[in-house]
Amino acid sequence: MKLNQILFASALLIAPSLIYAQGSGLNPADILKPLAGSWPTYSGDYSGKRYSALTQVNRSNVQHLTLAWMTQVTPGNGASTERRRRRGQQSAPLIVGGEGPGDLNLSSGTIKASVLEVDGTLYFTMPDNAWAVDARDGRELWHYFWKTKGGTHIGNRGVGMWHNYLFMETPDDYLVSLDAKTGKERWHRLIADVNNGYFSTPAPVVVGNHVLVGTGDDIDAPGFLDCFDPETGELQWKYYTVPMEKGDPGLDTWASLDAARHGGAQTWIPGAYDPETNLYIFGTGNPTPAFTNGTRGPGDNLYTSSLIALNVDTGKMAWYFQTSPHDMHDYDSAQTPVLVDAMFDGKMRKLALTASRNGYFFTLDRTTGEHLVTSRWGKFTNWAEGLNSFGGPKLNPEKNATVGGSLVSPGSDGTINWEPPAFSPETGLFYVAEHNTFSEFYLTDLDPRGSMGLGGKEEAEIAAVATYLTAIDYKTGNIVWRHPYYTDSGGGGGLLATAGGLVFAGDGAGSLVAHDASTGKPIWNTRIGYVSNPPQTYMLDGRQYVIAATGDTLWAFVMY
Amino acid sequence: MERVANPPPVQYFLSTLTEVTNLPKPTIAGAYLLAFILFSSAPLAKAQTPPPAPIVPPPNPPPRRGGFVPGQKRPPGDPVQIAHGKVLFGIDCRGCHGPDLRGGDLGGPNLLRSQVALSDQNGELIVPIIRGSRQNMGMPAIEMSDADALAVAAYVRSVIETIKGQGAPPEAGRPVPSILIGNASEGKAFFAAKCSACHSVDKDLSKIASRIPDPKRLQDAWLAGAARGEEEASRTAAISFPSGETVEGKLLHIDDFLVTIVLPDGSQRSFRRNGDSPQVVIHDPLEPHRALLSQYTDKDVHDVTAYLVTLK
Repeated sequence: MKLNQILFASALLIAPSLIYAQGSGLNPADILKPLAGSWPTYSGDYSGKRYSALTQVNRSNVQHLTLAWMTQVTPGNGASTERRRRRGQQSAPLIVGGEGPGDLNLSSGTIKASVLEVDGTLYFTMPDNAWAVDARDGRELWHYFWKTKGGTHIGNRGVGMWHNYLFMETPDDYLVSLDAKTGKERWHRLIADVNNGYFSTPAPVVVGNHVLVGTGDDIDAPGFLDCFDPETGELQWKYYTVPMEKGDPGLDTWASLDAARHGGAQTWIPGAYDPETNLYIFGTGNPTPAFTNGTRGPGDNLYTSSLIALNVDTGKMAWYFQTSPHDMHDYDSAQTPVLVDAMFDGKMRKLALTASRNGYFFTLDRTTGEHLVTSRWGKFTNWAEGLNSFGGPKLNPEKNATVGGSLVSPGSDGTINWEPPAFSPETGLFYVAEHNTFSEFYLTDLDPRGSMGLGGKEEAEIAAVATYLTAIDYKTGNIVWRHPYYTDSGGGGGLLATAGGLVFAGDGAGSLVAHDASTGKPIWNTRIGYVSNPPQTYMLDGRQYVIAATGDTLWAFVMY
Repeated sequence: MERVANPPPVQYFLSTLTEVTNLPKPTIAGAYLLAFILFSSAPLAKAQTPPPAPIVPPPNPPPRRGGFVPGQKRPPGDPVQIAHGKVLFGIDCRGCHGPDLRGGDLGGPNLLRSQVALSDQNGELIVPIIRGSRQNMGMPAIEMSDADALAVAAYVRSVIETIKGQGAPPEAGRPVPSILIGNASEGKAFFAAKCSACHSVDKDLSKIASRIPDPKRLQDAWLAGAARGEEEASRTAAISFPSGETVEGKLLHIDDFLVTIVLPDGSQRSFRRNGDSPQVVIHDPLEPHRALLSQYTDKDVHDVTAYLVTLK
């Protein structure tokens, strides 16, 4: 064999492996690994810790982080192409799908999504829009635009990935599957009817050959979690988060079956997954009507404002824990729980942690749902008095919306909202942005039947009295430290912890900030604006990148 | 539901940066009486802003809104058909479903949150139920012509269109009850004990109830101390350097790494911050208002408002 033949043969052998490395997409088994070089699912890995094992950027050198690239994206049907043409840039393919008339064509938006990083490509979203960009330079590879039928366009948490397929939810309640390489649509499936007020914002979470899809709604509609087949888009199972039939568990916590069937408990934030028990653990939203209980009755209204653990293969509930029994303040428990294996009372335990929107922090056993710790983490939280027999906070009915007004902390936006927390196994600390606000809640609808949706009250936001980056000890629920923010937007779009001893977060005052994970001390900042998504990190070509979004712009930082 | 949009960054007032117990002070209030006048026309309560609805000016003829679903449009209904349907609804449906469709004395469900009614486009879901497809769930078959049943469905849809944002029901048409449930004389005593060190009903609060005639707005205003956004005007900072030099001015911006003030001559200056150096002391006249928020009982609040509304 001649030399050039040998080279050619070698090339044939090598080439497929190169192609494979670039284009194999994401094997679902890879998501089971602890988070390190890539970012293959909403929280990085399934645990919800948002803790990266990368250490190249660390406490001692983070001040050398510098801009690698930034890229601005333009949502809508063609505006992006036009903008690129004006700048003399090559335009990326625009793929248009959707069932709407195409007359809702927003050309601005905010990236609240977690960004997937797989094989050197980043995937992220705004409502109705998805992009792939090169992780090395931010160059747009393709842009997918969905023509909407309407629905609340409040945010989108990003895509899920299975091999070479991406999955995105839309405000008009479709699950759209795209080819990750080209952005071309494979199929779309209906999740819910937008006429019922549903709007879908979550990032689908892929577990094995399951695509877990939640949704949202403000009017009185039942919450549910759908599970789709990633290849065919067939519905594998559907789990309702409120009782829908006579005999369903939890029905006795509602005044009637009709009340339960209109009881809310939406599933609008991605959950965490525990491979050992095969449980997907996620939070549910407020009961509806939110601020009046004429139809709901005096019970706990299960499974609203709860953590629920479902078997991923069957969709059957293994356990639940209600963080806001009989909520009356729109305190969704739609916070991604954090799953950790850690010491508790001298033993290694498998735990689920959550700092809830209602100002209470919980530590549970994630295999059984056993309640271990409840603490009040919101400094001024005042709507509850004591705990119920399950360890949940006991509503003080005097703090419901009243005709004369009730002064309540936190306001209905909560001590934390959707912005994800982080956990570092090194420090053993749970990190979360703490928003202490006071609102005056006025009852405006005295109809004995109660109101509907989020109606029936007026809320006057009186003051944001203190906002912190807060570190909580999961063993006790005690606050270990609070780093004060100077604006009520502190914490930005969520947190990132790294093995470099750092916590990254937007400070709400115009910077992305790196904090010392042990003390909260801010040690690096860059003035990129209001950080609108959770910061993330990945490794490429031997360099650790830190990325964060501000509005329509994605920024990447490295050390050279 | 989700926090609506990203809040605009609002600066806090800090009294001193080193005193943890006094740290981050809030954002809303505005302190001076002047502010009361300013916001009497601008409600303090940040309305439940609807989500950023992607509404583009519709082409002609404008399709009707699809109700509370943002951005959604439906073909316009026929007013004659709707009016006919309303009459029929009053005869055949009102007893069970209520005059406002939100459920009636005879136990019929609320149609405004009925998934069938919400999904119905042209009677295809509602008419079969009128015809008796849900008798096993207690809904009797109603004798009606096709045209009449379609008219009832059109009427139901027309009411659904009036559902408000975030699923709130249409206006009930009844006045909202007065928030004045407090005891004015007890409020006067509370005012004397807790408020009179800074405020006087003869001076800064003179005729406050005439300046803010809506008791609810008055209550929100005195709790906060000012309208949202007004506070920036009242913050000042004194910045002390290791050299002993000190500068003072209106506080424009502060974060962990930077402080910016407006000097008396109107020029702006920024200073890099490194921990406690330089030392920044912020004066915030609204601090007492925020400190009191965790101290009030709701009765205190109602009593003070009942007292303040007498100051006309």
